[in-house]
Amino acid sequence: MANETAVPGRIPGLEDGLLSTYDSGDAYDEFLGLRSRVSANTAAILERINGMDLETLRERARDAELDLYNFGITFTVQTEKDHIDRILPFDVIPRIITAHDWNRIERGVRQREAAVNAFLWDIYHEQHILNDGTLPRDLILGNENYRPEMEGLDVAHGTYVHINGTDLVRGGDGHFRVLEDNCRNPSGVSYVVENRHLMLRGFPDLINALPVRPVSNYGQRLREALGEIAPAGVDDPVVVVLSPGTYNSAYFEHIFLAREMGVPLVEGRDLLVEDEHVYMKTIRGLQRVDVIYRRINDDFLDPEAFNPHSMLGVRGLMRCYRNGTVALANAVGTGVADDKAVYAYMPRIIRYYTGEEPIIPNVETNICREREGLHYTLDHLSELVVKPVNEAGGKGITIGPHASAEELEACRQRLLEAPHAYISQPMVNISVCPTLTEEGIQPRRVDLRPFAVTGRDTWVLPGGLSRVALRRGSMIVNSSQGGGSKDTWILE
Amino acid sequence: MSNLLARYADAIFWLARYVERAEDVARILDVNETFSRDSRGDQNWRSVLQIYADLPRFHETHEEATADAVIHFYTLDASNPTSIVADIAQARSNARMLRPLISTEMWTQLNIFHNRLRQMSPRDVSEPRLSRFCEFVKQGCQAHTGITEGTFYRDEGWHFYRLGRAIERADQTTRLLDVKYHLLLPSVEHVGSPLDVSQWNALLRSAAAYHAFRRLHPSDMTPANVVGFLILHRAFPRSIAANVDAIETNIAQMRDRYELAGGSAALERIRGVRRSLDSETSSNIIRQGLHEYLDALQQELIAVSHELGTAFFGHAPLRTAA
Repeated sequence: MANETAVPGRIPGLEDGLLSTYDSGDAYDEFLGLRSRVSANTAAILERINGMDLETLRERARDAELDLYNFGITFTVQTEKDHIDRILPFDVIPRIITAHDWNRIERGVRQREAAVNAFLWDIYHEQHILNDGTLPRDLILGNENYRPEMEGLDVAHGTYVHINGTDLVRGGDGHFRVLEDNCRNPSGVSYVVENRHLMLRGFPDLINALPVRPVSNYGQRLREALGEIAPAGVDDPVVVVLSPGTYNSAYFEHIFLAREMGVPLVEGRDLLVEDEHVYMKTIRGLQRVDVIYRRINDDFLDPEAFNPHSMLGVRGLMRCYRNGTVALANAVGTGVADDKAVYAYMPRIIRYYTGEEPIIPNVETNICREREGLHYTLDHLSELVVKPVNEAGGKGITIGPHASAEELEACRQRLLEAPHAYISQPMVNISVCPTLTEEGIQPRRVDLRPFAVTGRDTWVLPGGLSRVALRRGSMIVNSSQGGGSKDTWILE
Repeated sequence: MSNLLARYADAIFWLARYVERAEDVARILDVNETFSRDSRGDQNWRSVLQIYADLPRFHETHEEATADAVIHFYTLDASNPTSIVADIAQARSNARMLRPLISTEMWTQLNIFHNRLRQMSPRDVSEPRLSRFCEFVKQGCQAHTGITEGTFYRDEGWHFYRLGRAIERADQTTRLLDVKYHLLLPSVEHVGSPLDVSQWNALLRSAAAYHAFRRLHPSDMTPANVVGFLILHRAFPRSIAANVDAIETNIAQMRDRYELAGGSAALERIRGVRRSLDSETSSNIIRQGLHEYLDALQQELIAVSHELGTAFFGHAPLRTAA
């Protein structure tokens, strides 16, 4: 009975190989789960990794990295005199999610997607949720991402968020929680698919004969959903992806999306509005465009309606959108749903519109714009993670337990000056996954971003972006903070 | 189904041109390196600047047209838009923009080719190694051409690609011939001398034309024969006539096959060039002045490009498609 004598955190039955000294400590381990019951498939993967030697693994990791450069799965960093191609570091050890866990994630993501769309419809129409006092009116109407231009506009199928990415973390108790919603332009799906390609090419022996669910039909599903939102009467819609251009850090993903859907990747300069319709410039003259998957933020979409200095958008686009001659994905004004301040109210929003309890709960959140939340935060600063509500990419976060006295004091000052700009959350002991590091295979923190695609109905990609904090002890998985990514295997 | 984006058509046309140009710059440097072994040395490198009309730009940053300076200018100098590394960077940048249109293999090869070029040092292009470097560039460009031939989907985009390649190749062959003009015409007494013959030899070799030429002219290496071969001989793929034919055929075929209304002005223009080549002789060209003749051809090719830009690339305002 190996389990009874096993050291906590160590892996039973793998005493002789690469994983023999692996120890995930007190964090929940994505491979080992609650350790007493590792599934047969997970055990098979562990055994295969355990049987590899470190040098081979490192060599294959280098090959995978070279592939990333060669295939141009890169983002461009501008320097003063040159441009440099960077890759998102790729960890060769996959992250495993069992069918049981995935079932719950999928249902939770669907529930959230349904609630968010119902919420957006409501606030841009009758505003029941504000009128009956369930949400503070100024939180929504005073939100910089609330777009009055959307009021009274009926979007097809009631869908505002056609592409949704929900950031999940798993705590020490093994339960997933939502850390953040991404209802505007969630990125990363290209890495989900490309990481799988890298694994299939570089580690055929690891994935061989395992029941891993495929992710390669994302583009097809997305194209179908975008077809479903085309303006009325258009049978064979012209769909395009609208990018800010080659210097955008997510340009690779824009290419990926256009390629996978087989549609043109356009920039603002390729489009123009005439007679209340959007056209693109082709070799045959101007051609009508019916659906635009835009990877440009609301602000820059149309200089006539929003930021007048935008060079990226299309003048008059918003007029066409309001007249129903063109569809946009995601809809304008979805930012109000993934705002960090609104996030705190998501459990209430879910109950309000679905009548159900959230399938995946939020991380417990203190709203500093509320007196009670602010006081609690100030009293427990050294235990809490304080996040600015208007920042992305892990910027401006203070992690109480890791912060110095000076850092805590600075955070306190900021909170007192602008309490409405912050929320706080307890420190989550984020789950770990075995990861190839300089010091051999070590536990590193991971999160998960599943992607949901919604036209008429919602489809959840059976996979997701697993970001990994490559620095020892780091809790922040963002690529701008030294994070990488892993292939994510959803088992049948 | 969406039509080909005007910007994509422009980018694919120029992708082909940049790669062809890089290959031809490598050919010109290679042949010039061979020429430069004669007594006039550095003066020969100046001629490359002349044929590309780059003298003023070169002298903005350089005092003297030494071998090293000119070679660097045309190989690894990324700040010079006509260098090989800049051509391939442009081609790669266009390919990246065109990834929804082109094959993955086309993109990957150009991306790797560009990365290898960027890593090269001045030592890799120093005179003793220049020929190897040129070989590397030619092979990279030819790999691109082969991959494109074997993987690129045949629609309007393919026609624009072939148009770009044919226009650039015709233009570059005029410039290659001009190298010889700039070197030899100031000293007519050398015509027929051993040096002269060896230079015509080298010129033919740089255009990969030597063996084909020998099959046609087993014993005569006269300027008229070489000029006739590189300008008028339709069976040789780098000759001007072969590429003018290709331009005409591509425009006509594309308009017909895809029922495109635009492009008639470009077609008329290139037809005019083709007709004049039909009735041309090499001795007549030399009598009129080779340099002037080549110059006029270059002007015509520029005009055809311009017409294509107006008709298809959105360089002029577009109207709603029927």
